[in-house]
Amino acid sequence: MMKTFKIAFAISTALLAGTLFAGAQPTVRVEQAALSGPRVLQDQTRSAVIRDYLRSWQSFDAALDQNRPDLLNADFVGSAKEKLANTIKEQEALGVRTQYHDRSHDLRIVFYSPEGMSVELTDNVEYDVQVVDHDKTTTTQRVSARYIVVLTPAEVRWRVRVFQAVPE
Amino acid sequence: MRASLPFLLALQVVAASSLALAQAPDVSVPKTVEAGAAFSIQCAGNGKATLFIVGPGQVLKQDVQLGESAAFPAGSLYNAGWYTAIVTSTSGTQSASFDVLPQSKPSDVSFLARPSRLPVGIHNAITGAVYVFDSYRNLISAPEEVQFDLSNPAGAVEKKSVTTHDGAAWTEMDSTAQQGSDKFAVHAGSVSSERIVAQVPGDPCGLKMSAKPDGQRIQLTTEPVRDCNGNAVPDGTIVTFTENFRGTQSTVDVPLKRGIAEVQMPAHPGATISVASGVVMGNQIGWQ
Repeated sequence: MMKTFKIAFAISTALLAGTLFAGAQPTVRVEQAALSGPRVLQDQTRSAVIRDYLRSWQSFDAALDQNRPDLLNADFVGSAKEKLANTIKEQEALGVRTQYHDRSHDLRIVFYSPEGMSVELTDNVEYDVQVVDHDKTTTTQRVSARYIVVLTPAEVRWRVRVFQAVPE
Repeated sequence: MRASLPFLLALQVVAASSLALAQAPDVSVPKTVEAGAAFSIQCAGNGKATLFIVGPGQVLKQDVQLGESAAFPAGSLYNAGWYTAIVTSTSGTQSASFDVLPQSKPSDVSFLARPSRLPVGIHNAITGAVYVFDSYRNLISAPEEVQFDLSNPAGAVEKKSVTTHDGAAWTEMDSTAQQGSDKFAVHAGSVSSERIVAQVPGDPCGLKMSAKPDGQRIQLTTEPVRDCNGNAVPDGTIVTFTENFRGTQSTVDVPLKRGIAEVQMPAHPGATISVASGVVMGNQIGWQ
């Protein structure tokens, strides 16, 4: 049952528009859900959660690159949004921008709360982070990290409520 | 030649050591830092440089003197996550990464409970899910024991202990046998959160009526209507009386008042009268 499913996600060009690395789509691998909890995760829900999470990387990247917290509104909520918005404030104050480019995601949905109001997934993600200090690129770093992400449903999409890297 | 062999070996060791020193990172970071704790970063070399600490959760920037440690007081870095320390100077850029871990002590929980109202005595009908956070609202991803309990006004308590996985835990509980406002709580360390779950009587159980003549009519009266756990079914619940006589059916819907339902129906000798509430059937009387 630990069979791995490879799902090629065709992320729309529209979602990628505005990223600095247009054309370099991340590879996405979705492991079979290892759910704890009594609630069955329907395929449609699963697809929507993953689609919305991947889209959140686009707005995360754009918001931190342009130092625009408003770009987080569509995809982030709660403490995740507050923390990212604070990071943007810090960046602005320091004259810094950061560019995050996700290269690969290895996703697994690990928890669907019984009342259906939250989904937790883990993402072994690889991304590049570029630091731009007063419009001068200082460095680009390749990062591999394991993220825990909690999403909650909003009117028409799932929004990221917790977005946190944890030790692998 | 015999004398030169040890010398060559020693030379190789020295060369290897030199190589190791040359490859040693110029930025030395702690492997992990607890959220909000003080820490320092060693920056080898000479001269001035700029130190960035970069992660999605925070960005810090500080001018540093190479060869000295850059100290960060408590409260500098408090959002858990993976951070990269980058030192840039005229001689180049070096980096190293480290984890900022959540504090181990829970300070807050997000408690999702459902439903807020349900009938008594239903198996696994109450569900609760919890996410455990530290004082900086970092999800505590290390396993943490949490306790769920459901208590009714009579003091009976149902408890379940669950260990979080990736910061989350859940449980299912039975609704209790007694109607009333129950407290559904979760405890993580010294932190608690509570929800009220209203438990209402279930469907009527053992619905029974009696009949007595009243002139040309029959007076039909139910016994106090209760659910299977003995809770009084609320007033307003509809009770249906049905009289069948010679192929004709008469039905009267009556709301419960003060726990009982009563009605008068035509007294037809040979009629059959039954009582029901929703899908629950009561007794049947043959009128002679």
